[in-house]
Amino acid sequence: MSGSHTVVEHGAQEPFLQHHFHDLGQQAEASKIGMWLFLVTEILLFGGLFVGYGIMRMLHSQAFHEGHLHLDRSLGAINTVVLLVSSFTMAMAVHSARTGNRERLILLLAATLAFAGVFLGVKYVEYSHKFHDGLLPGRFYRHAGDSVPGVAVFFSFYFVMTGLHGLHVLAGMVAISWLLRRAVRGDFSATYYAPVDLTGLYWHLVDMIWIYLFPLLYLIS
Amino acid sequence: MTAASYLTEQRGLRSWLFTLDHKRIGVMYLWSTLLAFFLGGVLAMLIRLELLTPTRTLMDADTYNKVFTLHGAVMIFLFIIPSIPAALGNFVLPLLLGARDVAFPRLNLASYYLYVLGALMALASMITGGIDTGWTFYTPYSTSTGGAVNLVTLAVFVLGFSSIFTGVNFIATTHKLRAPGMSWFRMPLFVWGMYATAIIQILATPVLGITVLLLFLERVFGVGIFDPKLGGDPVLFQHFFWFYSHPAVYIMILPGMAIISEVIPVFSRRPIFGYRAIAFSSVAIAGVSFLVWGHHMFVSGQSVLASALFSFLTFLVAIPSAVKVFNWVATMYKGSIWLQAPMIYAIMFLLLFAIGGLTGLFLGSLATDVHLHDTYFVVAHFHYVMMGGVFIAFLAGLHYWWPKMFGRMYSERWSRIAAALVFVGFNTTFLAQFVMGSRGMPRRYYNYLPEFQPLHVVSTVGSWILALGLVITAGYLLASLRKRPDAPPNPWGGMTLEWQTSSPPPTHNFETVPVVDHGPYDFPPLEAEEELAGRRA
Amino acid sequence: MDWLRNLLMPPRGSTFADQVDPLFWFLVGLTAFFFLLIAGLCGWFILRYRRGRAVRRGVAPTHNTALELVWSLIPLALVIVIFFWGFHGYISAAVPPADALEIKVLAKRWLWQFEYPSGLRTVNDLRVPVGKPVKLVMISEDVIHSFYVPSFRIKHDVLPSRYTQVWFEATEPGVHRLLCTEYCGRGHSDMLGTIQVVSAEEYQKWLDSGGGLGEGLPPAELGRLIYTQYGCEVCHSLDGTRKEGPSFRGIFGKPVLLTGGQTVIADENYIRESILNPQAKIVAGYQPVMPTFQGLLNERQINALIEFIKEQK
Repeated sequence: MSGSHTVVEHGAQEPFLQHHFHDLGQQAEASKIGMWLFLVTEILLFGGLFVGYGIMRMLHSQAFHEGHLHLDRSLGAINTVVLLVSSFTMAMAVHSARTGNRERLILLLAATLAFAGVFLGVKYVEYSHKFHDGLLPGRFYRHAGDSVPGVAVFFSFYFVMTGLHGLHVLAGMVAISWLLRRAVRGDFSATYYAPVDLTGLYWHLVDMIWIYLFPLLYLIS
Repeated sequence: MTAASYLTEQRGLRSWLFTLDHKRIGVMYLWSTLLAFFLGGVLAMLIRLELLTPTRTLMDADTYNKVFTLHGAVMIFLFIIPSIPAALGNFVLPLLLGARDVAFPRLNLASYYLYVLGALMALASMITGGIDTGWTFYTPYSTSTGGAVNLVTLAVFVLGFSSIFTGVNFIATTHKLRAPGMSWFRMPLFVWGMYATAIIQILATPVLGITVLLLFLERVFGVGIFDPKLGGDPVLFQHFFWFYSHPAVYIMILPGMAIISEVIPVFSRRPIFGYRAIAFSSVAIAGVSFLVWGHHMFVSGQSVLASALFSFLTFLVAIPSAVKVFNWVATMYKGSIWLQAPMIYAIMFLLLFAIGGLTGLFLGSLATDVHLHDTYFVVAHFHYVMMGGVFIAFLAGLHYWWPKMFGRMYSERWSRIAAALVFVGFNTTFLAQFVMGSRGMPRRYYNYLPEFQPLHVVSTVGSWILALGLVITAGYLLASLRKRPDAPPNPWGGMTLEWQTSSPPPTHNFETVPVVDHGPYDFPPLEAEEELAGRRA
Repeated sequence: MDWLRNLLMPPRGSTFADQVDPLFWFLVGLTAFFFLLIAGLCGWFILRYRRGRAVRRGVAPTHNTALELVWSLIPLALVIVIFFWGFHGYISAAVPPADALEIKVLAKRWLWQFEYPSGLRTVNDLRVPVGKPVKLVMISEDVIHSFYVPSFRIKHDVLPSRYTQVWFEATEPGVHRLLCTEYCGRGHSDMLGTIQVVSAEEYQKWLDSGGGLGEGLPPAELGRLIYTQYGCEVCHSLDGTRKEGPSFRGIFGKPVLLTGGQTVIADENYIRESILNPQAKIVAGYQPVMPTFQGLLNERQINALIEFIKEQK
């Protein structure tokens, strides 16, 4: 067993290269693997929730149908478009980072953040309508005039699913804000932009989950 | 002359609490999980004491129910699942790969702190009312009972992330940080085992996360999914719960098997028999483990077809484990068997895991499971695989890597005394439980029919012998730490990379990055070894 | 080998024992065989090849595909056999015969209530005719329980959300134990019952007579019998210990404080009402969890309980 190369000189040339990696390329590849694995766990987390929803839907099909009629399809559609556009701006941001275009990176990150904010804003409007009508989760359900029992179960799932998704949007916004700060500081370059790349992956997943949520909750009858 | 090592190069509490060194994180995990094991063990002793008589012995039913629940939850979530991967694995995996650290050191530290947070939350439940649901939290009992269920479900959620982060780290590390020359089939089998474990950690744990989250939301907000009064289905909970918890038992056993794959070749001075068979078996077990969860539910009301499918798949998942056992035994053929503590525990593993695995056949088979489900037969089965299997493998690994981790050799004589006590105590405790179970003694019973008392007394006495053996083990291991460091870099003559650096290693693991030009079990020919043995023995 | 049979298995009380037990013994033999094989090989290799022992070792093989196949395929064949064997037993237990006698089971914390076709209801004591298939249609009033009769080799969970069923055919007269085997709280290990298997004539006679319990016993003794048989003792102690419900020690004739502040005297009427309509008056500091025994106890039995409680000082 022979050792053939010494520890690479880190620190001076590469401020973001961690000591146990050989070079930024290896570090970026490793972190990408890590992010993909994390995304798999997110898919399984929401997947479990979707399966639960599916089964409860089967058990309470009338109630779920009636429940979904209370949802505002246009607001849901707006949110779908908003998230899709934000995914686009995020992808462009990653591209800007990769090509070393700092100004565009900052602009596109800010745009993504703005669209995410719009998404949450629309959700806020939707939630207030529901609260106003007594369409609340679980034990807080107060809506009168349901033709079948069990509509409360639909709204339990509506709030848990969109709520958990909303928390993920919020977490994404925090991550993107942090990226924005680092971009302004000039941390990123064509050789080092992995955090932008990874956050982009996360953001696409958050978008994708909504793409499944929207038809499941709003559209299918 | 004591050289500087990862233990001494930095000093002070802050250097430990904020460390990014995988070795220090592994050591912190080691002490924490052992503390959890001690707590779980005390609870077990209390259970066995209560069961000395058919009625009340020293506590009331409510307290007993909380004690067995906490015993299960602590042992499973705070000891068995994290111990081998996060304590031993964290320390040894980068060394085995010739790497300087895991891929994500900060994530590693975060994983440890999540463990601590989850553990504190779970333990706080002891003073906020305790939980009496059993570690399985079946609904609607768990959605309607009082106590600290909310706190413990959140604790489990937090602990799940600790486990996920470890899995993410290990996979990325295995892919990206292998030393030059280390192809996939030159990796030590411990790495294959940890890789397969990580796959399960990543795919299964999130489902546990959503399950306990929904349980929490059902209790707090009345979200109806599991409680029939709210329109839910209690059997759905069981499906969700076991979808994680069955693969979870493979999160427990695969690392144990991974250790055995390291120890037996070294202490037989022979390459492992069937390297690829063992590597592929590990991954196969990980995959098929996701398809058998319904074997916990044969009498739950699930359909006959579902039960049949699950039973069949359960038998399939047994095959790769059997293949591994045969390969390990074959490794010893024409070897030079050196019965030191790690090997003694490895052999013990083979015997006890064989019993555990074989008794699994009774439970996988539909007709016999109907009779044995929820009896002490199941309790005995899982203690044989989890304690006789995983814990004994953990002891093998602890004794194997102890000199590397702490630079000290322990007393071989005391380790043999302890191992004998552990073996006798363990079998006395749990063989009696197989008999109780097939005779119809249900589990989680505070009172029991007087006819079972003799067997319960035998089991309790066994627990005292087992405990004595473990106390002695703790004793000689801790005593070794008070010596001056006396361990050579390679006390066992291993061929894997961790033995190419000092005991304990320096913080950066290797002075020069190793280049790998042979397999992990390519020992020199035995004729030369015999000479060495003659000189050394 | 009868001693081994009796050591490891309960008595054989139903036709299912013939399906379960042979498979069980086969697995015991298989377990013993493979364990001894593995232990034997380990022992032999350790002794023969121990370090320092001069024995010819040479170059040992590192793999052998043929061997791998052998020790994969033989176990595979074995487990497939075991699977079908187990499946066969399970399937016959899953489908009750069309002419099975149907008895309803209601599980609640912590007792078993049985309802016969005649409308008769008993608690914790199931009486069935020998040699006839009996189908139990079960449901729970609260959490999941599990109906387990070891000597019949039957078990099935009892759910609160829907009916489940289990059937058996008892092979000879006798008494068999019923145990709850899904953890259900404090009284889980006290949720015991008996299955009395009697001849078909005796069963019919018993059913027609209204299923008298403890005929001929003086009232207080009958009361004590009911107190133990019907699950009262799970929640009400006699020695002052506080359980789910108030202790019976010294309560008769004394004032009782109810939730809501009212005080009543624990006289005959109070006890009778508490048995038949337990939610009407709840003692302060206790939860309204007592199930009703309306339809389960006749006047004579209620009177017996009252006499029994009077005796508790």
